[in-house]
Amino acid sequence: MAHGPATLADGWGKYISRWVFTTNHKDIGTLYLWFSFAMFIMGGAFAMIIRAELFQPGMQLIKPEFFNQMTTMHGLVMVFGAIMPAFVGLANWLIPMMIGAPDMALPRMNNLSFWILPFAFAILTSTLFMEGGGPNFGWTFYAPLSTTYAPDTVNYFIFGVHIMGASSIMGSINIIATVMNMRAPGMTYMKMPLFVWTWVITAFLLVAVMPVLAGAVTMMLMDINFGTSFFDAAGGGDPVLFQHVFWFFGHPEVYIIILPAFGVVSQIIPTFSRKPLFGYSSMVYATAAIAFLSFVVWAHHMFTVGMPIAGELYFMYATMLIAVPTGVKVFNWITTMYRGSLTFETPMLFSIAFVILFTFGGFTGMMLSIAAADMQYHDTYFVVAHFHYVMVAGAVFSGTAAVYYWLPKWCGKMYDETMGKVQFWIAFIGFNITFMPQHFLGLAGMPRRYADYGLQFADWNMVSSIGAFMYGGAQILFLFNVIRTIGWGKPTDDPKVWEGAEGLEWTLPTPAPYHTFSTPPKVK
Amino acid sequence: MLKRAQALFLGLLSPAVALAMAGSVSAESTTRQLNMPQGVTEVSQAAYDIHMIMMWICTVIGIAVFGFMFYVMYAHRKSRGAVAANFHEHHVVELIWTIVPALILIVMAIPATSALLKVYDTENADIDIKVTGYQWKWQYEYIGEGVKFMSELRTSQDEIYGRTPKGEHYLREVTQPLVIPTGKKVRFLITGNDVIHSWWVPDFGVKRDAVPGLFTAAWAKTDVPGTYVGECTELCGIGHAFMPVVVEVKEEAEYNEWLAGKKEEAAIYASTIGKEWTFDELMVRGEEVYERSCAGCHQSDGNGIPGVFPALKDSPIALGAKEGHIAVLIDGVAGTSMQSFADQLSEVDIAAVVHYERNAWGNDVGDLTQPIDVLNYKQGQ
Ligand code: HEM
Ligand SMILES: [Cu+2]
Repeated sequence: MAHGPATLADGWGKYISRWVFTTNHKDIGTLYLWFSFAMFIMGGAFAMIIRAELFQPGMQLIKPEFFNQMTTMHGLVMVFGAIMPAFVGLANWLIPMMIGAPDMALPRMNNLSFWILPFAFAILTSTLFMEGGGPNFGWTFYAPLSTTYAPDTVNYFIFGVHIMGASSIMGSINIIATVMNMRAPGMTYMKMPLFVWTWVITAFLLVAVMPVLAGAVTMMLMDINFGTSFFDAAGGGDPVLFQHVFWFFGHPEVYIIILPAFGVVSQIIPTFSRKPLFGYSSMVYATAAIAFLSFVVWAHHMFTVGMPIAGELYFMYATMLIAVPTGVKVFNWITTMYRGSLTFETPMLFSIAFVILFTFGGFTGMMLSIAAADMQYHDTYFVVAHFHYVMVAGAVFSGTAAVYYWLPKWCGKMYDETMGKVQFWIAFIGFNITFMPQHFLGLAGMPRRYADYGLQFADWNMVSSIGAFMYGGAQILFLFNVIRTIGWGKPTDDPKVWEGAEGLEWTLPTPAPYHTFSTPPKVK
Repeated sequence: MLKRAQALFLGLLSPAVALAMAGSVSAESTTRQLNMPQGVTEVSQAAYDIHMIMMWICTVIGIAVFGFMFYVMYAHRKSRGAVAANFHEHHVVELIWTIVPALILIVMAIPATSALLKVYDTENADIDIKVTGYQWKWQYEYIGEGVKFMSELRTSQDEIYGRTPKGEHYLREVTQPLVIPTGKKVRFLITGNDVIHSWWVPDFGVKRDAVPGLFTAAWAKTDVPGTYVGECTELCGIGHAFMPVVVEVKEEAEYNEWLAGKKEEAAIYASTIGKEWTFDELMVRGEEVYERSCAGCHQSDGNGIPGVFPALKDSPIALGAKEGHIAVLIDGVAGTSMQSFADQLSEVDIAAVVHYERNAWGNDVGDLTQPIDVLNYKQGQ
C-alpha cells in the first residue's frame, strides 16, 4: 500500500510498465483521457480535410473516393474513439472518488478494457493505408454499400468495431459493479452525485445495445464472406433490416454520448451557482425516462425509407415525447442558477454554452421528429447541424468543462483562467460559425456526405469551413493549456479548489493521492 | 475567389456582418436561400407549413427560456453582490414544466399528423413512373408507355476538377430530365438497382429511399410549369454528389408532344440496330459512353483504382475474346460493384464502349464490336 506509482525517475522500463500493467482507476482514467484526446485530434484532422475540400465548389484537394473515407472515419473516430472513451476516462477518475470507493470493482478488467482500444483504432486506421482504402460507407455503414459494394478492408473495420464493443461492454459492467457494490456506508442511491447516476444509466444502455451493434457487423461479415443474404435483396434478404438493427443500437448510442455529459454539467452548474442542484430527484427520473424512450424511437432515422404510415406515426409521436424529460433537465439547470451567486470560470462558461447550444440542438431535434418535415430535412446539412449542436456543443463542450473543472484536483495545479477563457470564446464563436450556416445549407437543399456541390451553396460552405478551422485551432489551444497546467501551472493544495464545490471528491487532498478512500468515508 | 475569401474573413468579426457580406456577393452565384422552399405541390406546402409552425414554437420557447437564463446570468452574479438562496425543489413548478410541454406536444401532433397523411396519399394516380437508382444515375420508366431512359449528370469532369470554368448549372444539369405534365397526379414508384439511393425533389416535397428489392411510392401534382432540381440523398459511393435529379414540368399538350417524340425515337432506334458501324464511329461514341458510365470507377485513363476498381488498360478481359468482354457488361460480375449494364445502356452503346475499351490506352486489339454482336449475345442467353 505504501509504494507510490513509478515515475520517470525510476527509469523508462518501470515507468512504461506502470502504465501498461496499471489497475489503478486514476491511471486508467488518465490513459482513457489522453487516448481520447489523441483520437479527437485525429478525427479533427479528418474533419479539416473535409472542410478544406468543401471550402469551394469543385474537387480541389482530394478525390471523392478519399472524401468518403474521410467522412466515414471522422464519424467513427469521433463517436467511438473520442467522445465515448473521454467519458469512460472521467468515470474511472471520478466515480470511485464520488462514491467513496478505493477503486473500481474489477480493476484487471479495467486495464484490459482500456488496452484493447488502441489496437481497435490501429486496425481501423491502418485500412487507410491499405489497397482499397478505409471504410467509405459512412459511420452508419448502410448495407449493401458496406457489404457487397465495400472494399475488402471492411473486414478490418468489422474486427475493429467488435473490439471497441467488447471494450465498452467491459467498461460498463465495471461501472455497474462498482456503483452497486462499492458505495461508502450511507451513500444511498438517491445521494449519489448526478454524474454517477447518469453513468450507471448509460452503462445499462451500453450493455443492452453494444451486442446489437456486434450482431449487425457480424451479419455483415457473414454476408460478405460466407454467402448469407441478411441484407442482400437478390438473395431474399432486406437492406432495410440493416437499418432497423443499426438504429436500434444507434439511437441509444446518441444518448450514451449525451447522458454522462448531462451528469458533468449537473455537477458544475451548482458549484458556480453556489447553490444545490435544483430538482435532483426529477433529474434522476428524467434521465431514466430518456434512457427508456431511447429504445423505442429508433426508426425516426428512417422516415424516408418507406415504412407503413402507422409505423411512421408511432415513431413520430414517440420521438416528440423525448422533449418532455429533456425539457425538465434544461429547466432544472436554469433554475439551479436562479437566485444563485454566479461566477463564470472556464468550466462554468463551457457548461452554460452547453445548456444554450444543446437546447438549440434539442429544438432542431423536435423539428426533425415531425415526419412530414423530416422528408425535407433528412440526410441534408440540417441534420448535420442538429447532431453537431447536440454532440459537439453537448458532449465535447461538457468534456472540456469537466477537464478544466477537475484538472486542479487531479494534478494539484491551477490552469490559467485567461487562457481558458480565450479558448472558450474561440471555441464558442468558431463552433457557431461552423454549424449555424449548415442549417441554412440543409434547408436550401444541400445533402450531407457530398464531396462537391452546386454554386448556390458556395458562400455558406466557405463560412462554415472558416469556422471549422477556427474551432480546430481552439483545440490546439486546449492541448496547450492542459500541458501547461500539468507542467507549469500554479500549485494549489486547497481540497475544495472551488468555493462552491460539494461532494466526496472535494474532501480529498489536492492533488488526489494515488490511493484514496482506502478506508471508506461515512456519509451522513 | 481569394478576394471573396478575404471579404468573408473580415466579415467574420461578427456573424451579422458576415451575413451582409455574403449577401453582397450573391450576384455571382445563383439565388441564395436560407429557408426551406415552399415548393409547388400540396405536399411541399404542407412540409413547409409544419416546418414554420415548429420553428415559431421553438423560437418563442427559446426566447422565453434563454431570456430568463440571461436575466439570471445578469442579475444573480456574485460580482453584483448576489447571495445564493438554498432552495432545491418545488413540486408545483416541476409539475407545470412537465405538463405544459406535453400539452404543447399534443397540440403540435395534430398538424403533424395531417401533413403526414398528405405525404402518404398516393392512391388514384393519373401517371405512374418507375424511378430506379443506379450507381450513379437515375432511370425513368413511364409505365405502360414503353418509354424508358437514363438520366445522368452532364457536367464535365473538367469542370469538376477545375480545368475549365464551372458553368451556370454546375452539377444541376442532366442528359435527359424527367418530364411530367401539369395538373396530373403523378405517382413515383421508387426502387434501387445496386445500393440504396434516395430520390429528392425539394420543390415537390418528395424524398424517398431507392432500396434494392423494395418499391416505395411518392406523388406530386402541380400546376406550375418549370424546371425543378433535386439530389440523391443517400450515400451511394463515389458518385453520390454527382447524380442530380432534374424534373421538367410541362403543360399537358407540350408533355404529350414530348412523349410522342420519345416513342418515335425508340422506334427509330430499333430499326438502326442492324447498322454496321465503322471503327472510328465506334471509338467516338464509345469514348462518350465510357466517360459517362465507366470512368467514375475505372478512370478516364483506364487505370482504375488499385484494390477497388480494376484497370481495363492491359486487362485480360479487354484483350481477350470479344464475347467474354460483352458478357461482363451484360451480366455484371456477381458480388462486386460491377453491375449489369444490360438495362442501362442500349446495344449500340454497349458495342461502342466495348470497342473503345479494346482499342483505347494502348489496348490495340483492333477488332470491331457491332450492336448486332451484343444483341446476339443477349438472345443467346
Ligand atoms: C430532443 C431531443 C432529440 C430529438 C427529438 C432528436 C431527433 C432526431 C431525429 C428525428 C433525427 C433524424 C434526422 C434525420 O436523419 O432525418 C436525429 C438525428 C440525429 N441525432 Fe437527434 N434528437 C435529439 C437529441 C439528440 C441528442 C441528445 C443526440 C446526441 C448527443 C442526437 C444525435 C443525433 C445524431 C448523431 C443524428 C444523426 C445520425 C445520422 O444520421 O448520422 N440527437 N435526431
Ligand atoms: Cu435518434
